[in-house]
Amino acid sequence: MMLFLIGTFAWMARPPFRFMQVLKQIHFIGVKSLFVIVLTGSFTGMVLGLQGYYSLRKFGAEGLLGSAVALSLIRELGPVLSALMVTGRAGSAMTAEIGIMRITEQIDALETMAVSPMQYLIAPKLLASILIMPLLASIFDVIGIYGGHLVGVELLGVSSGSYTGSMESSVEWKDVYGGMLKSLSFGLIMAWICTYKGYHTTMSAEGLGQATTDAVVLSSVLVLIWDYFLTSVLL
Amino acid sequence: MGGGASNPVIRLVGVEKALGGQPVLNGINLEIAGGKLTTVIGRSGGGKSVLLKHMIRLLKPDRGQVLVDGVDITRLGPRELNEVRKKFAMLFQGAALFDSLTVFENVAFPLREKTKLKEAEIEGKVLEMLDQVGLTGMGHKFPAELSGGMRKRAGLARALVMGPEIILFDEPTTGLDPLLARTIHDLIVETQRKFGFTAVMVSHEIPEVFGISDYVAMLLDGVIVEMAPPDEFQRTRHPAVREFINVGPRSEAAASGVGKEAQ
Repeated sequence: MMLFLIGTFAWMARPPFRFMQVLKQIHFIGVKSLFVIVLTGSFTGMVLGLQGYYSLRKFGAEGLLGSAVALSLIRELGPVLSALMVTGRAGSAMTAEIGIMRITEQIDALETMAVSPMQYLIAPKLLASILIMPLLASIFDVIGIYGGHLVGVELLGVSSGSYTGSMESSVEWKDVYGGMLKSLSFGLIMAWICTYKGYHTTMSAEGLGQATTDAVVLSSVLVLIWDYFLTSVLL
Repeated sequence: MGGGASNPVIRLVGVEKALGGQPVLNGINLEIAGGKLTTVIGRSGGGKSVLLKHMIRLLKPDRGQVLVDGVDITRLGPRELNEVRKKFAMLFQGAALFDSLTVFENVAFPLREKTKLKEAEIEGKVLEMLDQVGLTGMGHKFPAELSGGMRKRAGLARALVMGPEIILFDEPTTGLDPLLARTIHDLIVETQRKFGFTAVMVSHEIPEVFGISDYVAMLLDGVIVEMAPPDEFQRTRHPAVREFINVGPRSEAAASGVGKEAQ
Protein backbone atom coordinates (compact mmCIF):
# COMPACT_ATOMS: atom_id res chain seq x y z
CA MET A 1 0.00 0.00 0.00
CA MET A 2 2.89 2.30 0.77
CA LEU A 3 4.37 1.51 -2.64
CA PHE A 4 1.06 2.38 -4.26
CA LEU A 5 1.12 5.80 -2.61
CA ILE A 6 4.75 6.47 -3.45
CA GLY A 7 4.16 5.34 -7.03
CA THR A 8 1.24 7.72 -7.36
CA PHE A 9 3.27 10.66 -6.10
CA ALA A 10 6.09 9.76 -8.45
CA TRP A 11 3.69 9.77 -11.41
CA MET A 12 2.10 12.98 -10.19
CA ALA A 13 5.42 14.77 -10.49
CA ARG A 14 5.97 13.56 -14.03
CA PRO A 15 4.55 15.23 -17.16
CA PRO A 16 2.07 15.34 -18.77
CA PHE A 17 0.20 17.16 -15.99
CA ARG A 18 -3.48 16.44 -16.11
CA PHE A 19 -5.13 19.67 -15.11
CA MET A 20 -8.43 18.77 -16.70
CA GLN A 21 -8.57 15.52 -14.79
CA VAL A 22 -7.78 17.30 -11.52
CA LEU A 23 -10.47 19.89 -12.22
CA LYS A 24 -13.00 17.16 -12.94
CA GLN A 25 -12.14 15.50 -9.66
CA ILE A 26 -12.33 18.77 -7.74
CA HIS A 27 -15.78 19.18 -9.19
CA PHE A 28 -16.76 15.65 -8.26
CA ILE A 29 -15.22 15.50 -4.78
CA GLY A 30 -15.68 19.14 -3.84
CA VAL A 31 -18.54 20.86 -5.59
CA LYS A 32 -20.82 17.85 -5.47
CA SER A 33 -20.15 17.39 -1.73
CA LEU A 34 -21.18 20.96 -0.93
CA PHE A 35 -24.79 20.18 -0.21
CA VAL A 36 -24.06 17.40 2.23
CA ILE A 37 -21.32 19.50 3.89
CA VAL A 38 -23.65 22.47 4.34
CA LEU A 39 -26.39 20.24 5.70
CA THR A 40 -24.24 18.34 8.19
CA GLY A 41 -22.28 21.46 9.09
CA SER A 42 -25.37 23.45 10.00
CA PHE A 43 -26.88 20.71 12.13
CA THR A 44 -23.59 19.96 13.85
CA GLY A 45 -23.29 23.66 14.73
CA MET A 46 -26.88 23.77 15.91
CA VAL A 47 -26.54 20.76 18.17
CA LEU A 48 -23.28 22.16 19.54
CA GLY A 49 -25.13 25.38 20.30
CA LEU A 50 -27.83 23.48 22.12
CA GLN A 51 -25.55 21.17 24.11
CA GLY A 52 -23.05 23.90 24.81
CA TYR A 53 -25.68 26.29 26.06
CA TYR A 54 -27.11 23.87 28.64
CA SER A 55 -23.70 22.69 29.80
CA LEU A 56 -22.29 26.19 30.11
CA ARG A 57 -25.39 27.52 31.84
CA LYS A 58 -24.66 25.24 34.80
CA PHE A 59 -21.55 27.33 35.40
CA GLY A 60 -23.22 30.56 34.41
CA ALA A 61 -20.89 30.81 31.48
CA GLU A 62 -23.34 31.03 28.54
CA GLY A 63 -21.31 33.90 27.24
CA LEU A 64 -18.55 31.48 26.26
CA LEU A 65 -20.87 29.60 23.88
CA GLY A 66 -19.32 31.14 20.76
CA SER A 67 -15.86 30.11 21.84
CA ALA A 68 -16.97 26.54 22.64
CA VAL A 69 -18.76 26.08 19.34
CA ALA A 70 -16.02 27.62 17.22
CA LEU A 71 -13.15 25.78 18.87
CA SER A 72 -14.77 22.36 18.71
CA LEU A 73 -15.65 22.90 15.09
CA ILE A 74 -12.36 24.35 13.90
CA ARG A 75 -10.13 21.99 15.80
CA GLU A 76 -12.07 18.75 15.62
CA LEU A 77 -15.51 18.39 14.23
CA GLY A 78 -15.08 20.35 11.03
CA PRO A 79 -12.12 18.38 9.69
CA VAL A 80 -13.26 15.00 11.04
CA LEU A 81 -16.93 15.11 10.13
CA SER A 82 -16.37 16.62 6.71
CA ALA A 83 -13.76 13.93 6.01
CA LEU A 84 -16.20 11.22 7.07
CA MET A 85 -18.99 12.67 4.96
CA VAL A 86 -16.77 13.01 1.90
CA THR A 87 -15.48 9.47 2.40
CA GLY A 88 -19.03 8.17 2.39
CA ARG A 89 -20.01 10.19 -0.64
CA ALA A 90 -16.95 10.52 -2.86
CA GLY A 91 -14.58 7.88 -1.46
CA SER A 92 -17.00 5.03 -2.01
CA ALA A 93 -17.67 6.27 -5.54
CA MET A 94 -13.92 6.39 -6.21
CA THR A 95 -13.51 2.77 -5.16
CA ALA A 96 -16.47 1.67 -7.24
CA GLU A 97 -15.37 3.61 -10.32
CA ILE A 98 -11.81 2.34 -10.29
CA GLY A 99 -12.98 -1.16 -9.37
CA ILE A 100 -15.34 -1.30 -12.34
CA MET A 101 -12.57 -0.03 -14.59
CA ARG A 102 -10.39 -2.85 -13.28
CA ILE A 103 -13.05 -5.53 -13.79
CA THR A 104 -13.98 -4.37 -17.30
CA GLU A 105 -10.28 -4.24 -18.27
CA GLN A 106 -10.31 -0.47 -18.80
CA ILE A 107 -7.23 -0.20 -16.58
CA ASP A 108 -5.48 -2.86 -18.68
CA ALA A 109 -6.54 -0.92 -21.78
CA LEU A 110 -4.84 2.21 -20.43
CA GLU A 111 -1.67 0.22 -19.85
CA THR A 112 -1.68 -1.25 -23.34
CA MET A 113 -1.89 2.30 -24.67
CA ALA A 114 1.23 3.11 -22.67
CA VAL A 115 -0.74 5.48 -20.42
CA SER A 116 -0.05 5.03 -16.71
CA PRO A 117 -3.29 4.39 -14.78
CA MET A 118 -1.51 5.82 -11.74
CA GLN A 119 -0.99 9.08 -13.53
CA TYR A 120 -4.25 9.24 -15.42
CA LEU A 121 -6.65 7.88 -12.80
CA ILE A 122 -5.18 7.80 -9.32
CA ALA A 123 -2.99 10.91 -9.11
CA PRO A 124 -5.75 13.42 -10.04
CA LYS A 125 -8.06 11.94 -7.40
CA LEU A 126 -5.36 12.11 -4.75
CA LEU A 127 -4.37 15.65 -5.61
CA ALA A 128 -7.95 16.89 -5.80
CA SER A 129 -8.77 15.33 -2.41
CA ILE A 130 -5.78 16.95 -0.73
CA LEU A 131 -6.64 20.34 -2.22
CA ILE A 132 -10.35 20.27 -1.63
CA MET A 133 -10.68 18.72 1.81
CA PRO A 134 -9.41 21.76 3.79
CA LEU A 135 -11.80 23.93 1.80
CA LEU A 136 -14.75 21.71 2.59
CA ALA A 137 -13.78 21.64 6.25
CA SER A 138 -13.63 25.46 6.28
CA ILE A 139 -17.11 25.65 4.82
CA PHE A 140 -18.27 23.14 7.39
CA ASP A 141 -16.76 25.31 10.16
CA VAL A 142 -18.33 28.54 8.97
CA ILE A 143 -21.76 27.05 8.45
CA GLY A 144 -21.48 25.30 11.82
CA ILE A 145 -20.63 28.54 13.59
CA TYR A 146 -23.70 30.14 12.01
CA GLY A 147 -25.76 27.14 13.12
CA GLY A 148 -24.53 27.59 16.67
CA HIS A 149 -25.35 31.28 16.44
CA LEU A 150 -28.84 30.50 15.23
CA VAL A 151 -29.59 28.24 18.18
CA GLY A 152 -27.62 30.03 20.88
CA VAL A 153 -28.43 33.62 20.00
CA GLU A 154 -31.72 33.53 18.13
CA LEU A 155 -33.43 30.74 20.05
CA LEU A 156 -31.86 30.65 23.49
CA GLY A 157 -31.09 34.30 23.94
CA VAL A 158 -27.32 34.49 24.36
CA SER A 159 -26.23 37.96 23.36
CA SER A 160 -24.85 38.16 19.87
CA GLY A 161 -21.95 40.28 21.05
CA SER A 162 -20.73 37.78 23.59
CA TYR A 163 -21.11 34.91 21.07
CA THR A 164 -18.84 36.54 18.51
CA GLY A 165 -16.70 38.27 21.12
CA SER A 166 -15.80 35.08 22.97
CA MET A 167 -15.09 33.44 19.64
CA GLU A 168 -12.76 36.19 18.54
CA SER A 169 -10.85 36.21 21.81
CA SER A 170 -10.31 32.45 22.02
CA VAL A 171 -9.74 31.20 18.49
CA GLU A 172 -6.12 31.55 17.43
CA TRP A 173 -4.52 31.11 14.03
CA LYS A 174 -2.84 28.03 15.43
CA ASP A 175 -6.25 26.37 15.75
CA VAL A 176 -7.14 27.21 12.18
CA TYR A 177 -3.85 25.94 10.78
CA GLY A 178 -4.13 22.77 12.87
CA GLY A 179 -7.60 22.11 11.47
CA MET A 180 -6.40 22.71 7.93
CA LEU A 181 -3.46 20.37 8.40
CA LYS A 182 -5.81 17.73 9.71
CA SER A 183 -8.26 17.90 6.85
CA LEU A 184 -5.43 17.95 4.33
CA SER A 185 -4.08 14.71 5.74
CA PHE A 186 -7.59 13.25 5.93
CA GLY A 187 -7.98 13.99 2.23
CA LEU A 188 -4.80 12.07 1.56
CA ILE A 189 -5.91 9.13 3.70
CA MET A 190 -9.32 8.92 2.07
CA ALA A 191 -8.09 9.08 -1.52
CA TRP A 192 -5.22 6.72 -0.81
CA ILE A 193 -7.33 3.98 0.77
CA CYS A 194 -10.29 4.32 -1.58
CA THR A 195 -8.28 4.28 -4.80
CA TYR A 196 -6.07 1.47 -3.53
CA LYS A 197 -9.05 -0.71 -2.68
CA GLY A 198 -10.65 -0.10 -6.06
CA TYR A 199 -7.41 -0.70 -7.94
CA HIS A 200 -6.88 -4.04 -6.22
CA THR A 201 -10.43 -5.33 -6.28
CA THR A 202 -11.07 -8.96 -7.08
CA MET A 203 -12.77 -9.74 -10.37
CA SER A 204 -16.39 -10.03 -9.26
CA ALA A 205 -19.39 -7.93 -8.32
CA GLU A 206 -19.17 -9.34 -4.81
CA GLY A 207 -15.47 -8.50 -4.63
CA LEU A 208 -16.21 -4.95 -5.70
CA GLY A 209 -18.94 -4.58 -3.07
CA GLN A 210 -16.51 -5.84 -0.47
CA ALA A 211 -13.80 -3.50 -1.69
CA THR A 212 -16.12 -0.50 -1.42
CA THR A 213 -17.20 -1.43 2.11
CA ASP A 214 -13.60 -2.04 3.16
CA ALA A 215 -12.52 1.26 1.66
CA VAL A 216 -15.12 3.32 3.53
CA VAL A 217 -14.66 1.51 6.84
CA LEU A 218 -10.88 1.53 6.71
CA SER A 219 -10.58 5.18 5.71
CA SER A 220 -13.07 6.26 8.37
CA VAL A 221 -11.25 4.32 11.07
CA LEU A 222 -7.86 5.58 9.92
CA VAL A 223 -9.13 9.17 9.87
CA LEU A 224 -10.19 8.86 13.53
CA ILE A 225 -6.97 7.17 14.64
CA TRP A 226 -4.80 9.64 12.75
CA ASP A 227 -6.87 12.45 14.24
CA TYR A 228 -5.95 11.32 17.73
CA PHE A 229 -2.24 11.21 16.95
CA LEU A 230 -2.25 14.52 15.17
CA THR A 231 -4.20 16.18 17.98
CA SER A 232 -1.77 14.89 20.58
CA VAL A 233 1.10 16.38 18.59
CA LEU A 234 -0.62 19.67 17.82
CA LEU A 235 -1.84 20.45 21.32
CA MET B 1 6.82 -11.00 -44.79
CA GLY B 2 6.52 -14.61 -45.82
CA GLY B 3 9.44 -15.80 -43.72
CA GLY B 4 7.44 -15.19 -40.56
CA ALA B 5 8.29 -18.37 -38.80
CA SER B 6 12.01 -17.83 -39.26
CA ASN B 7 11.73 -14.24 -38.09
CA PRO B 8 8.98 -14.16 -35.51
CA VAL B 9 7.70 -10.84 -34.18
CA ILE B 10 6.67 -12.36 -30.86
CA ARG B 11 8.35 -15.37 -29.34
CA LEU B 12 7.38 -17.07 -26.10
CA VAL B 13 9.98 -19.37 -24.62
CA GLY B 14 9.07 -21.74 -21.80
CA VAL B 15 6.49 -19.38 -20.32
CA GLU B 16 5.01 -20.63 -17.07
CA LYS B 17 2.35 -18.89 -15.01
CA ALA B 18 0.27 -19.84 -12.01
CA LEU B 19 -2.69 -17.75 -10.90
CA GLY B 20 -4.03 -18.14 -7.37
CA GLY B 21 -1.79 -21.18 -6.86
CA GLN B 22 -3.31 -22.86 -9.92
CA PRO B 23 -0.91 -23.53 -12.82
CA VAL B 24 -2.36 -21.99 -16.00
CA LEU B 25 0.55 -21.96 -18.43
CA ASN B 26 3.01 -24.84 -18.19
CA GLY B 27 5.85 -23.97 -20.52
CA ILE B 28 4.47 -22.20 -23.57
CA ASN B 29 6.68 -22.17 -26.66
CA LEU B 30 5.11 -20.12 -29.41
CA GLU B 31 6.25 -18.04 -32.36
CA ILE B 32 4.04 -15.43 -33.95
CA ALA B 33 4.85 -14.67 -37.58
CA GLY B 34 5.05 -11.04 -38.67
CA GLY B 35 2.21 -9.68 -40.80
CA LYS B 36 0.09 -12.80 -40.35
CA LEU B 37 -3.04 -13.65 -38.45
CA THR B 38 -2.41 -16.32 -35.85
CA THR B 39 -5.32 -17.72 -33.88
CA VAL B 40 -4.97 -19.52 -30.57
CA ILE B 41 -7.84 -21.86 -29.85
CA GLY B 42 -8.54 -23.80 -26.70
CA ARG B 43 -11.14 -24.45 -24.08
CA SER B 44 -12.85 -21.74 -22.08
CA GLY B 45 -10.90 -21.02 -18.94
CA GLY B 46 -7.90 -22.77 -20.46
CA GLY B 47 -5.62 -19.75 -20.21
CA LYS B 48 -5.90 -18.30 -23.71
CA SER B 49 -6.48 -14.75 -22.48
CA VAL B 50 -3.73 -15.20 -19.91
CA LEU B 51 -1.41 -16.21 -22.74
CA LEU B 52 -2.39 -13.14 -24.76
CA LYS B 53 -1.86 -10.81 -21.80
CA HIS B 54 1.70 -12.08 -21.44
CA MET B 55 2.52 -10.82 -24.93
CA ILE B 56 2.02 -7.22 -23.83
CA ARG B 57 3.03 -7.81 -20.21
CA LEU B 58 -0.28 -7.15 -18.62
CA LEU B 59 0.84 -10.32 -16.86
CA LYS B 60 4.39 -11.28 -16.05
CA PRO B 61 5.47 -14.92 -16.39
CA ASP B 62 6.70 -16.83 -13.35
CA ARG B 63 9.34 -18.38 -15.59
CA GLY B 64 10.32 -18.06 -19.22
CA GLN B 65 10.81 -15.27 -21.72
CA VAL B 66 8.56 -13.15 -23.90
CA LEU B 67 10.48 -11.66 -26.82
CA VAL B 68 9.00 -8.88 -28.92
CA ASP B 69 11.21 -8.11 -31.91
CA GLY B 70 13.98 -9.88 -30.02
CA VAL B 71 13.60 -7.84 -26.82
CA ASP B 72 12.75 -9.74 -23.65
CA ILE B 73 9.87 -7.66 -22.29
CA THR B 74 9.74 -9.50 -18.98
CA ARG B 75 12.85 -7.61 -17.86
CA LEU B 76 12.01 -4.10 -19.00
CA GLY B 77 11.51 -1.10 -16.73
CA PRO B 78 8.33 1.00 -17.06
CA ARG B 79 9.80 3.45 -19.56
CA GLU B 80 11.21 0.86 -21.97
CA LEU B 81 8.07 -1.19 -21.58
CA ASN B 82 5.96 1.78 -22.68
CA GLU B 83 8.15 2.10 -25.76
CA VAL B 84 7.50 -1.55 -26.67
CA ARG B 85 3.80 -1.15 -25.93
CA LYS B 86 3.57 1.59 -28.52
CA LYS B 87 3.90 -1.13 -31.16
CA PHE B 88 0.82 -2.83 -29.79
CA ALA B 89 -2.88 -2.42 -29.62
CA MET B 90 -5.31 -4.74 -27.93
CA LEU B 91 -8.99 -5.40 -28.43
CA PHE B 92 -10.37 -6.65 -25.14
CA GLN B 93 -13.13 -9.18 -24.61
CA GLY B 94 -15.62 -6.56 -23.44
CA ALA B 95 -13.98 -3.93 -25.68
CA ALA B 96 -12.87 -2.04 -22.51
CA LEU B 97 -14.03 1.32 -23.80
CA PHE B 98 -13.68 4.12 -21.25
CA ASP B 99 -17.25 4.62 -20.21
CA SER B 100 -16.80 8.21 -19.10
CA LEU B 101 -15.84 9.15 -22.66
CA THR B 102 -17.89 9.16 -25.86
CA VAL B 103 -17.08 6.80 -28.72
CA PHE B 104 -15.32 9.63 -30.52
CA GLU B 105 -13.24 10.49 -27.44
CA ASN B 106 -12.42 6.82 -26.94
CA VAL B 107 -11.03 6.47 -30.44
CA ALA B 108 -9.26 9.82 -30.16
CA PHE B 109 -7.79 8.91 -26.77
CA PRO B 110 -4.55 7.24 -27.93
CA LEU B 111 -3.98 10.01 -30.49
CA ARG B 112 -4.44 12.74 -27.90
CA GLU B 113 -2.26 10.93 -25.38
CA LYS B 114 0.56 9.72 -27.56
CA THR B 115 0.80 12.02 -30.55
CA LYS B 116 1.16 15.75 -31.06
CA LEU B 117 -1.44 15.90 -33.80
CA LYS B 118 -3.67 18.95 -34.04
CA GLU B 119 -7.28 18.57 -33.02
CA ALA B 120 -8.45 18.91 -36.63
CA GLU B 121 -6.18 16.08 -37.77
CA ILE B 122 -7.31 13.92 -34.89
CA GLU B 123 -10.92 14.53 -35.81
CA GLY B 124 -10.25 13.56 -39.42
CA LYS B 125 -8.52 10.34 -38.41
CA VAL B 126 -11.15 9.35 -35.89
CA LEU B 127 -14.05 9.94 -38.27
CA GLU B 128 -12.27 7.95 -40.95
CA MET B 129 -11.72 5.07 -38.51
CA LEU B 130 -15.36 5.13 -37.41
CA ASP B 131 -16.35 4.93 -41.08
CA GLN B 132 -14.03 1.95 -41.56
CA VAL B 133 -15.72 -0.05 -38.81
CA GLY B 134 -19.22 1.01 -39.81
CA LEU B 135 -19.93 3.40 -36.95
CA THR B 136 -20.50 6.52 -39.02
CA GLY B 137 -22.36 9.15 -37.02
CA MET B 138 -22.09 7.24 -33.73
CA GLY B 139 -19.21 9.28 -32.33
CA HIS B 140 -21.31 11.27 -29.88
CA LYS B 141 -22.72 8.18 -28.12
CA PHE B 142 -21.45 6.79 -24.87
CA PRO B 143 -20.35 3.14 -24.69
CA ALA B 144 -23.31 2.30 -22.45
CA GLU B 145 -25.67 3.32 -25.26
CA LEU B 146 -24.13 0.88 -27.75
CA SER B 147 -24.90 -2.77 -28.41
CA GLY B 148 -22.24 -5.41 -27.82
CA GLY B 149 -21.33 -5.58 -31.50
CA MET B 150 -21.03 -1.82 -31.82
CA ARG B 151 -18.82 -1.68 -28.75
CA LYS B 152 -16.49 -4.26 -30.32
CA ARG B 153 -16.36 -2.16 -33.48
CA ALA B 154 -15.56 0.95 -31.49
CA GLY B 155 -12.87 -1.03 -29.66
CA LEU B 156 -11.48 -2.12 -33.00
CA ALA B 157 -11.42 1.47 -34.24
CA ARG B 158 -9.53 2.51 -31.11
CA ALA B 159 -7.07 -0.33 -31.65
CA LEU B 160 -6.49 0.55 -35.29
CA VAL B 161 -6.25 4.31 -35.02
CA MET B 162 -2.57 4.45 -34.06
CA GLY B 163 -1.60 2.17 -36.93
CA PRO B 164 0.01 -0.41 -34.60
CA GLU B 165 2.39 -3.11 -35.77
CA ILE B 166 0.76 -5.77 -33.65
CA ILE B 167 -2.86 -6.16 -32.56
CA LEU B 168 -4.00 -8.65 -29.96
CA PHE B 169 -7.63 -9.76 -30.14
CA ASP B 170 -9.07 -11.28 -26.99
CA GLU B 171 -12.11 -13.31 -28.11
CA PRO B 172 -13.39 -10.57 -30.40
CA THR B 173 -16.66 -12.37 -31.18
CA THR B 174 -17.65 -13.91 -27.85
CA GLY B 175 -21.22 -13.06 -26.96
CA LEU B 176 -22.22 -12.03 -30.47
CA ASP B 177 -24.69 -13.79 -32.73
CA PRO B 178 -23.18 -15.79 -35.63
CA LEU B 179 -23.90 -13.12 -38.23
CA LEU B 180 -22.35 -10.36 -36.17
CA ALA B 181 -19.44 -12.63 -35.33
CA ARG B 182 -18.84 -13.09 -39.02
CA THR B 183 -18.97 -9.34 -39.64
CA ILE B 184 -16.38 -8.74 -36.92
CA HIS B 185 -14.17 -11.51 -38.30
CA ASP B 186 -14.47 -10.05 -41.79
CA LEU B 187 -13.59 -6.65 -40.43
CA ILE B 188 -10.50 -8.03 -38.71
CA VAL B 189 -9.32 -9.88 -41.79
CA GLU B 190 -10.08 -6.96 -44.06
CA THR B 191 -8.16 -4.47 -41.94
CA GLN B 192 -5.35 -6.94 -41.36
CA ARG B 193 -4.87 -7.43 -45.11
CA LYS B 194 -5.16 -3.71 -45.69
CA PHE B 195 -2.77 -2.48 -42.99
CA GLY B 196 -0.57 -5.58 -42.80
CA PHE B 197 -0.24 -5.64 -39.02
CA THR B 198 0.63 -8.78 -37.10
CA ALA B 199 -2.49 -10.18 -35.51
CA VAL B 200 -2.87 -12.60 -32.65
CA MET B 201 -6.40 -13.73 -31.94
CA VAL B 202 -7.77 -15.84 -29.16
CA SER B 203 -11.01 -17.54 -30.05
CA HIS B 204 -13.10 -20.65 -29.89
CA GLU B 205 -15.11 -19.96 -33.00
CA ILE B 206 -14.59 -23.25 -34.79
CA PRO B 207 -14.65 -23.79 -37.75
CA GLU B 208 -14.88 -20.06 -38.50
CA VAL B 209 -11.25 -19.37 -37.55
CA PHE B 210 -9.90 -21.85 -40.09
CA GLY B 211 -11.24 -19.71 -42.89
CA ILE B 212 -9.57 -16.50 -41.75
CA SER B 213 -6.31 -17.40 -40.00
CA ASP B 214 -2.86 -17.87 -41.47
CA TYR B 215 -1.85 -20.05 -38.54
CA VAL B 216 -3.85 -21.85 -35.88
CA ALA B 217 -2.41 -22.95 -32.55
CA MET B 218 -4.10 -25.06 -29.91
CA LEU B 219 -3.60 -24.46 -26.21
CA LEU B 220 -4.26 -27.53 -24.11
CA ASP B 221 -3.42 -28.04 -20.44
CA GLY B 222 -1.18 -25.00 -20.46
CA VAL B 223 0.98 -25.95 -23.47
CA ILE B 224 0.76 -25.39 -27.22
CA VAL B 225 0.12 -28.88 -28.54
CA GLU B 226 -0.30 -28.09 -32.21
CA MET B 227 0.47 -25.18 -34.48
CA ALA B 228 0.09 -25.13 -38.25
CA PRO B 229 -1.62 -23.39 -41.16
CA PRO B 230 -5.37 -24.15 -41.07
CA ASP B 231 -5.38 -26.92 -43.72
CA GLU B 232 -2.59 -28.81 -42.09
CA PHE B 233 -4.02 -28.13 -38.63
CA GLN B 234 -7.33 -29.73 -39.55
CA ARG B 235 -5.52 -32.93 -40.59
CA THR B 236 -3.85 -33.24 -37.19
CA ARG B 237 -3.45 -36.65 -35.61
CA HIS B 238 -3.44 -35.33 -32.05
CA PRO B 239 -6.51 -37.02 -30.48
CA ALA B 240 -7.49 -34.21 -28.10
CA VAL B 241 -7.15 -31.60 -30.84
CA ARG B 242 -9.23 -33.73 -33.20
CA GLU B 243 -11.88 -34.07 -30.56
CA PHE B 244 -11.93 -30.30 -29.97
CA ILE B 245 -12.20 -29.25 -33.59
CA ASN B 246 -14.60 -31.98 -34.62
CA VAL B 247 -17.38 -31.22 -32.18
CA GLY B 248 -20.33 -31.64 -34.50
CA PRO B 249 -24.05 -31.79 -33.98
CA ARG B 250 -25.40 -32.69 -30.58
CA SER B 251 -25.64 -36.49 -30.99
CA GLU B 252 -21.94 -36.91 -31.71
CA ALA B 253 -20.73 -34.39 -29.23
CA ALA B 254 -22.74 -35.46 -26.24
CA ALA B 255 -20.17 -37.94 -25.04
CA SER B 256 -17.14 -35.71 -25.40
CA GLY B 257 -18.21 -32.96 -23.01
CA VAL B 258 -16.16 -30.47 -24.97
CA GLY B 259 -17.89 -27.20 -25.71
CA LYS B 260 -20.43 -27.51 -22.91
CA GLU B 261 -18.84 -24.75 -21.02
CA ALA B 262 -19.81 -21.45 -22.51
CA GLN B 263 -18.01 -18.39 -21.28
